[in-house]
Amino acid sequence: MASKEKEIVLEVDDLQKSFGSHQVLRKIDLKVKKGEFVAIVGRSGCGKSTLLRLLAGLEKASSGTIFINGKPLSGKNPSVKIMFQDGRLLPWKKILQNVGLGLQGDWKECANQMLKQVGLDGRANDWPSELSGGQKQRVALARALVHEPEILLLDEPLGALDALTRIEMHQLIQSLWLEKNFTAILVTHDVEEAVALADRVILIENGEIAMNYPVKLPHPRKRDHALFSSTVNHILNRILGDGGHHGLRAAKN
Amino acid sequence: MAKNRFVPWIVPVILLAAWQLSSQFGLLSSKVLPNPVAVVESAVELARSGQLFDYIGASSKRALVGFLIGGGIGFALGLSNGLFKTAESLLDSTLQMIRNIPHLALIPIVILWFGIEEEAKLFLVALGTFFPIYLNTFHGIRSVDKALIEMGDVYGLKGTALFWHIILPGSLPSILVGVRYALGVTWVTLIVAETIASNSGIGYMAMNAREFMQLDVVVLSIILYALLGKLSDLLAKIAEKRLLKWHPSYQK
Repeated sequence: MASKEKEIVLEVDDLQKSFGSHQVLRKIDLKVKKGEFVAIVGRSGCGKSTLLRLLAGLEKASSGTIFINGKPLSGKNPSVKIMFQDGRLLPWKKILQNVGLGLQGDWKECANQMLKQVGLDGRANDWPSELSGGQKQRVALARALVHEPEILLLDEPLGALDALTRIEMHQLIQSLWLEKNFTAILVTHDVEEAVALADRVILIENGEIAMNYPVKLPHPRKRDHALFSSTVNHILNRILGDGGHHGLRAAKN
Repeated sequence: MAKNRFVPWIVPVILLAAWQLSSQFGLLSSKVLPNPVAVVESAVELARSGQLFDYIGASSKRALVGFLIGGGIGFALGLSNGLFKTAESLLDSTLQMIRNIPHLALIPIVILWFGIEEEAKLFLVALGTFFPIYLNTFHGIRSVDKALIEMGDVYGLKGTALFWHIILPGSLPSILVGVRYALGVTWVTLIVAETIASNSGIGYMAMNAREFMQLDVVVLSIILYALLGKLSDLLAKIAEKRLLKWHPSYQK
């Protein structure tokens, strides 16, 4: 499946982003192949969410370029959809209408179909407030995927869910990704989640890519695999080791 | 459950009974307060002659027309100032200045301008309802969750689509608070305006009755105002319930 010669769908070239005098991203270079699942991890405030928002076209880069299918990104690209941590469902629209948001023409059929795929058929006529947190994220996922995006950006979409619901959502995201073959970029602070889903885990530290770690485990991932936990530990140690070092430096200053 | 329903009525019924009894036994002079039965009798009499409905009709029409004019302008300006920064910087501070004038303080000048004709009352009602609706529309639009607007942007909603799908429904709870408040202001304004100068409506009925010492009719007019105020609040509540069905606080 994973042929080395797959085309590059996303390329980030010398990307920098500052908010005022605070430089969040220093120098980001990244290439993502079509159909690849990339997870971006890092401590909070490391700039990983900012990178995702730049890819979504929600922020403007201070310098550098993002290429999607070889074309430099300006504004938003309709084939890129982002799923937010807080779901962002419209509380005044029924579930089906939320999924169909922004669709044209005969959208109800597609929206219903998509709801079924995320396991929520029968909830089409409920209000978002009647759903649990996990169900809301399923709706948000359906809303993103119904547009058949080439690239799906996931901004800590499971951060607010309990551990069990998370594992269920991992399975759902994974099966949809395997089925639909979109490119996925997941920002998360949960290393286990990154290893459970991604082909490659990228660590961002101090606004730069500090590690690019391919996860050599077959999909779908098994958590009881020995390599699974050693991969998680390896990445965690890398994050924590460097963090401790930084703490020491900060204390000296 | 059935018990709960009646509980709120216990105190009013006792008060009413006490009122009736104390007038019957001469504790309460009919020159101070007529007894409830007399008030009901005068209501029946006025209803039979048809005058009562004329009065109620005239006042309700004023309330409605004034409310629609003032509320409509308030809504339109609230929208434009909420949506467009230029409109806000052009108009908002002026409107905030005018807001600090109590609209009932304008009665003398309004009488000079319009006399005691319909326009005077409509003007005052419109002015009174304008601000609650303007402020709540403006505030409602400004406080729509920015995250939802950003989300709509991602899903390709722009301009009018963004307005209809996200901004208007998002500001509706606040707008409806303004509507309910404005309805209250409407009746207060109307009572004052009709009592000062009028030749029709409930206020006229009251002032007319006062001249002839028909205390029962005066009390009746007070009750009518209370009922109409309550009725319009009820209608606003029903509208709220229907329009905000999605809102957790309106779900049973």
